[in-house]
Amino acid sequence: MAFSLMMALSIAVIAGVGAGLGLEYFFGIVLPLAAVLVFIAGVVWRVIGWARAPVPFSIATTGGQQKSLPWIKPACLDAPYTSVGVIGRMVLEAVTFRSLFRNTAAEMRGEGDEPRLIYWSSKWLWAFGLLFHAAFFLVLFRHFRFFLEPVPFFIPWIENLDGLMQFGVPRFFMSDALLLAAVLFLLLRRLKDPKLRYISLPADYFPLFVLLGIIISGIALRYFAKSDVASIKVLTMGLVTLNPVLPEGVGTTFFVHLTFVSVLLIYLPFSKLMHMAGIFFSPTRNMPCNTRQYRHINPWNPPKKYRTYAEYEDEFREVMAEAGLPLEKQPEEEK
Amino acid sequence: MYNARYVIPALLVFIILITLPFWVNVVTPEYSRPELVLPAGAEACVEPVEYMRAEHMRLLNEWRDAALREGKRVYTSSTGQVWDINLQNTCMHCHTDKAGFCDACHDSNSVDPYCWDCHIEPGAVTGASGNGGKQ
Amino acid sequence: MAKLPSLQELAKSSLPRFPGATLEGVGWMRTKPVFTPGSYCYPAKLETMQKLGMPNPHEWSPEDEDWNLPQGWEKIIHNAFADRLKKYRSLRLFMDICVRCGACADKCHFFLGTGDPKNMPVLRAELLRSVYRKDFTTAGRLLGKVGGSRALDPSVIKEWFSYFYQCTECRRCSLFCPYGIDTAEITMIARELLHEVGLGIHWIMDPVSNCNRTGNHLGIQPQAFKEIVEFLCEDIETITGINITPPFNEKGHEILFITPSGDVFAEPGIYTFMGYLMLFHELGLDYTLSTYASEGGNFGLFTSSEMMKKINAKMYAEAERLGVKWILGGECGHMWRVIHQYMDTVNGPAPKNMVTPVSPITGTKFDYASSTKMIHIAEFTADLIKHDKLNLKPSRNDHLTVTFHDSCNPARAMGMLEEPREVLRAVCNNFVEMPANTIREQTFCCGSGSGLNTEEIMELRMRAGLPRGNALRHVQLKHGVNAMACVCAIDRATLPPLADYWAPGVTVTGLHELVANALVMKGEIPRTMDLRQEDLEYPDEVPDDEAAENAAGSDDRGKAGQEVQDV
Repeated sequence: MAFSLMMALSIAVIAGVGAGLGLEYFFGIVLPLAAVLVFIAGVVWRVIGWARAPVPFSIATTGGQQKSLPWIKPACLDAPYTSVGVIGRMVLEAVTFRSLFRNTAAEMRGEGDEPRLIYWSSKWLWAFGLLFHAAFFLVLFRHFRFFLEPVPFFIPWIENLDGLMQFGVPRFFMSDALLLAAVLFLLLRRLKDPKLRYISLPADYFPLFVLLGIIISGIALRYFAKSDVASIKVLTMGLVTLNPVLPEGVGTTFFVHLTFVSVLLIYLPFSKLMHMAGIFFSPTRNMPCNTRQYRHINPWNPPKKYRTYAEYEDEFREVMAEAGLPLEKQPEEEK
Repeated sequence: MYNARYVIPALLVFIILITLPFWVNVVTPEYSRPELVLPAGAEACVEPVEYMRAEHMRLLNEWRDAALREGKRVYTSSTGQVWDINLQNTCMHCHTDKAGFCDACHDSNSVDPYCWDCHIEPGAVTGASGNGGKQ
Repeated sequence: MAKLPSLQELAKSSLPRFPGATLEGVGWMRTKPVFTPGSYCYPAKLETMQKLGMPNPHEWSPEDEDWNLPQGWEKIIHNAFADRLKKYRSLRLFMDICVRCGACADKCHFFLGTGDPKNMPVLRAELLRSVYRKDFTTAGRLLGKVGGSRALDPSVIKEWFSYFYQCTECRRCSLFCPYGIDTAEITMIARELLHEVGLGIHWIMDPVSNCNRTGNHLGIQPQAFKEIVEFLCEDIETITGINITPPFNEKGHEILFITPSGDVFAEPGIYTFMGYLMLFHELGLDYTLSTYASEGGNFGLFTSSEMMKKINAKMYAEAERLGVKWILGGECGHMWRVIHQYMDTVNGPAPKNMVTPVSPITGTKFDYASSTKMIHIAEFTADLIKHDKLNLKPSRNDHLTVTFHDSCNPARAMGMLEEPREVLRAVCNNFVEMPANTIREQTFCCGSGSGLNTEEIMELRMRAGLPRGNALRHVQLKHGVNAMACVCAIDRATLPPLADYWAPGVTVTGLHELVANALVMKGEIPRTMDLRQEDLEYPDEVPDDEAAENAAGSDDRGKAGQEVQDV
């Protein structure tokens, strides 16, 4: 964890100092454009890497009743039988984290002399995980005001909804606080639960710290260490029109923010964050549970090699004849 | 590659979505900072221009609180100048063109302040006049 | 067998502990596996491995420092791993996308029962993933331990052997994983890697070898198989007065019946087998047994995909040779994983003589099995009961309060949840469920699946069975449950010791044992004992005179008999 924290902090320091030393062009223009490129190429490369391996067997996890006898109601989403069902299962998995919603926590309790294992419904991870992803996408979406001109009508809608409380100026966006809370929860959970702490790698902490870096610098930019937002838009529009300009009046905080985002973009394709695309490839979720009705083809299905009945009968012919079992060849014929 | 008929379209959709801002902006004219209609004849705002750019919303918010909640109508700027706390008579005395000054920048950066929920744009009201709030 | 700890001792030592924990997250790499008697399954015999043509067979023992790994074993593992990464998208994906959220951790019965953190599915997978990172990712190569990667050394192989044989491939973790990461898939491939360097366990490889040679796991030769079945038929005659002579290896029948051989030789499976025979006799089913394909189970599944294919191939081969129209499968767990999700792919398409299964009794066409052409006997019987084709007297099971243990594979690799319950509700009057998160798709393993039902690890099995045992104990105390039904031959072998340990007094029964107990057969004598030849608490009334008996007999003949004639 310490290592990841150091790495994340050094990103902030490098970006801050770098921008201060007059490397704004690198941190404001070269790095973000390169990051987008690496992100796209990296994701495509990883996805193609997965797609190059076949799915030899149809191994859906059935989370409910199969489709069998006509009067037994099948679980259309948990053991989907049709493509529509599979799509439903995948969409709900990706959008509502349905599997995680099942989560329970087990606890060993003594009850008198009897040990007893008790299970609790445990939806914290689901709730905060969903909150994180939803808030992240909302925040990301809001940022399109910096990349589009004119700003499309739905962005102010979202902003008005997000800033419904009309608290503070600039108007406070609830998603900012929720995103921060969710990331902090995910981080504290890793630190607090001994199981989680035991399995957590630097690669689990690092993205959380980078996200924290993005969120904190972003909140600072909006509420505390403000930059001239009009200048920022000149810079971001320069990026998306591939016509880079470096306007005056863009503060250091912005470069730190942008560098964190760039690091996340570059890091994502080579990390566990690829679960973003990976979930759609998961064969236990994206395959229909109709394996007895439709044959699934394995492209590398090896030739059949097995002990044939003839070989079997050859070994046991005598005893089989004695036991009166039917035979393909009678023992006499052999002689 | 296996399942190419799903994977390739999905990747294309991904690439298009990610690069959408780039494509959309191919057809939009080159972006430049919105041209603001600056007040004619005024030499300085209540605070220096850099401060105003970043913090005008906070200043206005404070003014609102001061005027409406505390009944305080006087603002002393960082340069020691004293101003009337009054949006329509102080600010809008110079910045007469709401569309050309406020809206131009707000629209471009998708900012939707709720000043105009209560205040009325000068010019919409006849007879509004004053000395610009300078005391 | 070593003495088992008391329940309290076991429960206490099941609390999780985290040796070598650090904030850096790779503390677990510092703890090495320790092999003491009872902690590991016996290695496969050299001869068995040679006979099966397994790669690099050699003598070794888990307790030895040196496992005699073959020359260049690192290269062998690396190449085999690379090969599997090319062949299985699942493996690549599951190596890449785990975020270590920990949702799987306390879903695993081995973790709940042992408290050993390496039994958390996530960490079990990390045992392999750490090597994957080192060998197959640039970041892992560059970052080393900080990147969560580590080099292959003999202690890693030992760790794999320890923990991939503490996973029963039950897939409970995959149900809860937000990405559906399936540890069964990882365990299967890890075991394949271990087999590449000649490491296998006796309890799996011996049945595989037997099954290959004689057609069943126990190595029962054809004449003995027939004798055992005939012996069971004698018991049936004692109980019901009806003489049954099941056909063996006969051509020209409609149906081939295949069930795990465990049902033929061991209590309480034999009672289930008797149940099948009685049901088929009563229906007048046109079926045959086979001594060549006398094994439904498939320990090849626990060895490698090729071995699974090899063992399974006999089913279609025999169906083709005998010219049957479809196959009926008995009660078994992993057998049905193979049949439902693998058979058609590895050994299909089904032989040309086979057709979509149709129940000759009800006329129901089992369209959902139109390609594999094989159905489960619980599906078959549920259909009979729905159409009221069986004359059942559930009151014969009234001395039992029954609960149902969903076996992992029929639950999570098939989705057969309601069919056995429909049957149960029809054949016994007292049926209660265990707690909701221990049944159906959330069911807990018996603790000894995937070839781990071996005596030498009995304590480990009792630990792995803790969640199941606990749930059983719960309904025993709450509802007076005294019988647990299941549709799995391994369950029938492993649950009795588990019940003895966790919930003494609960017997384990197959579904069709209860069916046959309740089944009123044409021309049977009044039943005074159940299939176990124990006195029935509520025996059939013995008629006073011949006339009464005849009258009752003609009444009892019931609908089933007439329908059979109609067909």
